[in-house]
Amino acid sequence: MPLPTGDTIGILADNLRKRNSVLPISAGNATKWASGLSLPRGTKTVLYTGMMYQLIPYIAAMSKVQAGIEDSFLVNFIKLGRQVNKVINISAFMAMPSKSMKEAYNRILVNIAALLQQAGVQFGYLYEEELYSGALIYDLGVDDLLGEHAQKVYNTFKKHGVKNVITVDPHTTNMLRSVYPALIKGYDLNVKSYLEVLVERKIQPKNSLNLEAVIHDSCVYARYENVLNEQRTLLANAGVDVKEPENSGKFTLCCGGPAESLYPNKAKAGAQKRIDQLIKVSTNAVTMCPICFVNLQKAAGDRLRLNDISTYLVQAYCGEGGACAAR
Amino acid sequence: MALVNPEFVDAVSRGEFNASACMNCGVCSAVCPMGIELLPRKLFRYVLLGIEDRVLDNTETIYSCLLCKMCEANCPARVRIAENVRYLRYYINKKVFKL
Ligand code: SF4
Ligand code: SF4
Repeated sequence: MPLPTGDTIGILADNLRKRNSVLPISAGNATKWASGLSLPRGTKTVLYTGMMYQLIPYIAAMSKVQAGIEDSFLVNFIKLGRQVNKVINISAFMAMPSKSMKEAYNRILVNIAALLQQAGVQFGYLYEEELYSGALIYDLGVDDLLGEHAQKVYNTFKKHGVKNVITVDPHTTNMLRSVYPALIKGYDLNVKSYLEVLVERKIQPKNSLNLEAVIHDSCVYARYENVLNEQRTLLANAGVDVKEPENSGKFTLCCGGPAESLYPNKAKAGAQKRIDQLIKVSTNAVTMCPICFVNLQKAAGDRLRLNDISTYLVQAYCGEGGACAAR
Repeated sequence: MALVNPEFVDAVSRGEFNASACMNCGVCSAVCPMGIELLPRKLFRYVLLGIEDRVLDNTETIYSCLLCKMCEANCPARVRIAENVRYLRYYINKKVFKL
């Protein structure tokens, strides 16, 4: 028997309603990446993490437990969990990620901030006031709750006078750019992914990486947001010989990750299929979404070296060792 | 014998359940990374016909969809498959899971 769908969605929805995130993490853990960067609070243009990169290590730790209990009697635990979760945040008692995993994901955000600074972009950050976008709740079809939450997120931007939002992952980009405008009256935020901003700013490389990597496009960038050229332009200018796998660009194959919250074993099978395609082309692969990154990494083991695109970009555009100001 | 609920499509769609253009060509099933045989050909047809029981029998399939739009990118009739799946989830969340 698979995980009880209704109860699992119920826990995620209760968390968003009561704690503003599907999987609540402490403000300290959500904002740690920015410590020492001296980013101003708020301002007209903000870097909005949407908390995806910070949440992934926690989701990965939890799904390890989930994948183990799929098809077992322990599914009843989740049923009990929903009632308890309404009163106590049960996520706090679930598996915790390792320090090194948290640091690796925080490093990606630091790299992105460094790249934007290198491109001359002035931006701030909302720190602990930043809220999760609600992407998973949207996917699961809990639309009434999403409407209320989106308004909260929007109000926070408005409170700080934000006009331009720079996003770091495809799911958050899609929520703020394509989903929110239909939910919020008078929505007027200008939303761009940092990849788009870097290309627009014509960021110049400081050195050439001279390596090849197969590109894994995110379905959401490719088929929802039409972000297809920016990643290729930035990588090519960085001296990366970009290899295309079977199913690339508009026809990219999903990493399987979106199945993770309800059907972890299906997510794993999806990732395996994609890894087989990528390995045929190169032993280096580049991703641009935290969900793709974690899901493919789990399936790849040491057969494939996977990097988030920001890891390559920071090395090329920020000079030797990626030495930009924010680092 | 399946029970027919003529109001089913309106309850699911909240405006537009974009599936009537489907010509049952099978491309969506052929390219689906999850091998979701039922979506959207039969499942969406059940919605249009008001056969609610058959739809609800396929809850797992409906929540297994990745919303990756590989099917949509290949669909000759431009059916908005992912949005339809989300509509079905919204309906089931309310009706079955009481969320
Ligand atoms: S690809 Fe489009 S037209 Fe063909 S069966 Fe699927 S939904 Fe119908
Ligand atoms: S959106 Fe769903 S039905 Fe369509 S190809 Fe992806 S997983 Fe299959």
